Amino acid sequence: MPTVGSEPQRHIEKLETCIPGFDLVALGGLPRGRTTLISGTAGSAKTVFACQFLAEAILHKQESGVFVTFEESTSDIRKNMLGFGWDIQRWEHENKWAFVDASPQPGAEPIIIGEYDLGALLARIENAVRKVNARRVSLDSLGAIFTQFTDTNALRRELFRVVSALKSMGVTAIITAERTEEYGDIARYGFEEFVTDNVVILRNVMEEEKRRRTLEILKFRGTSHQKGEFPFTIMPDQGIVVIPLSAIELKQKSTDIRITAGNAELDKMCGGGFFRDSVVLVSGATGTGKTLMVTSFMAGGANNGERCLLFAFEESREQLFRNAIGWGVDFEQMEKEGKLKVVCEYPETTGIEDHLIQMKKVIEKFQPNRVAVDSLSALERVSTIKGFREFVISLTSFIKHRELAGLFTSTTPTLLGGTSITEAHISTTTDSIILLRYVEIYGEMRRGITVLKMRGSMHDKEIREFTIDGKGMHIGKPFRNISGILSGNFVHLAPAEIDRIGNLFTEDDALTDE
Amino acid sequence: MINKYILRLYITGQTPKSERAIENLRRICEEELNGQYQMVIIDVLERPQLAEDEKILATPTLIKELPPPLRRIIGDLSDTEKVLLGLELRRSI
Repeated sequence: MPTVGSEPQRHIEKLETCIPGFDLVALGGLPRGRTTLISGTAGSAKTVFACQFLAEAILHKQESGVFVTFEESTSDIRKNMLGFGWDIQRWEHENKWAFVDASPQPGAEPIIIGEYDLGALLARIENAVRKVNARRVSLDSLGAIFTQFTDTNALRRELFRVVSALKSMGVTAIITAERTEEYGDIARYGFEEFVTDNVVILRNVMEEEKRRRTLEILKFRGTSHQKGEFPFTIMPDQGIVVIPLSAIELKQKSTDIRITAGNAELDKMCGGGFFRDSVVLVSGATGTGKTLMVTSFMAGGANNGERCLLFAFEESREQLFRNAIGWGVDFEQMEKEGKLKVVCEYPETTGIEDHLIQMKKVIEKFQPNRVAVDSLSALERVSTIKGFREFVISLTSFIKHRELAGLFTSTTPTLLGGTSITEAHISTTTDSIILLRYVEIYGEMRRGITVLKMRGSMHDKEIREFTIDGKGMHIGKPFRNISGILSGNFVHLAPAEIDRIGNLFTEDDALTDE
Repeated sequence: MINKYILRLYITGQTPKSERAIENLRRICEEELNGQYQMVIIDVLERPQLAEDEKILATPTLIKELPPPLRRIIGDLSDTEKVLLGLELRRSI
């Protein structure tokens, strides 16, 4: 039996919660045998967390749990959690779940005369823990008990007694508590004063007219955890899914195996093709040929017997397939052969966190060699800047971790020159950047392509003209008599001037960005 | 009219608070109820399921089961006047 000693060097074990993503953020789970305060404003998914803490143990560890409810009725909880696939009523029959119903009862309010304690509550919790042999206990939510009893000092003392009792029972417990502000006191009623060892905060913040849920581990006394806010979402058949961004290991093996971009001339510009486990960003204004690059990238993979996956957020299936035919690529045939999967989705159907989780699921199931997203900018519309950046980092590292090749497109807001917000936020996380630009030459719109960045490789630094026809993209000669293409402020140069500049820089010079 | 009072007192163990509540209730019953009562004392440490059934949180808790309406009083019953009011043995003063 472990003693409740307090030698400082005693190692605190972690209890794997099995809540998706949480254990990564918590570096293993919640401190075992301790009580953790889960604090959040109204609607921050505290009750879901409290239920899921028990449900995951029942589903994955064959461990039972006790749920103490101070607020919602047991019948409401049973009903509400059914949507996540948690059949609490069945678990109760199987002695895996026991309720202690401390919710306000209908009828006359009790009258308080003289001193009292919460001895009965404690006895009931102990009884329930014994009955189902519980390893986990959830208490939800504390604020409600403070409305039932008014003597807050006595209550605090009593709740402290409950927490110590939970500790001596050897169970791992969570207690939820309300906060009034997203960034303020940890909890109302000063509850954190006595359960301060471990605190997790759930937030549901309004940012740029979009709701964003995050989870932050404020402290785990005597043991480590990831710091900062991590986005999470609530999935219909899964409950809370935490997205552990920086917890994702960034030690991808890098390879020098090259793969084709689906266009021989572009391969040449990139110094022999893309790297197999790299992520490429293609940026350009609408109509410059981004979807064509995606199509070639897919076709190039399929022709080499690779499996290709395309997430399309801008165009419908029919449109994409018709476009591809126009460039000599038969998506339908590729799908029939099992080499391609096209997933079309409106960005607005769900939040960006949910998109991420669904995309990961599809990638895991289809097991592709290549993944393309057309376009990231469409997803940016449904997200906050922070949320979007996290999405890209998470998706990029997920793709690289599996050693897949990725190609993302991003749309610039202006026709000429310019960079998209997307680029500004993700250019450092992608390995290569290819720019597609309109070039105006004496009243005619032409198209230009340049490889801006190619991590770990030599590449062509020219801005070359390209044309599009029934066979796809054809890259030609560099634009010689024009400058200012990237900024969109074109300057036409006389041939004499070009010669003069050419003589100034005889070496192959790096292309400077704007 | 003579109604028989059924009173149940929930306590946790032999604590000073429990003792005080039992003593206070016994005295009030003897002085006010003329033997027309039945008093049951339940120790929730011994019978936690009974506390569960009645959803008792705090101890001591007194439940007046009969005559209706059902009444709950929490605490050691140290203020006799308030207890009498709560049990509806006194009209409000």
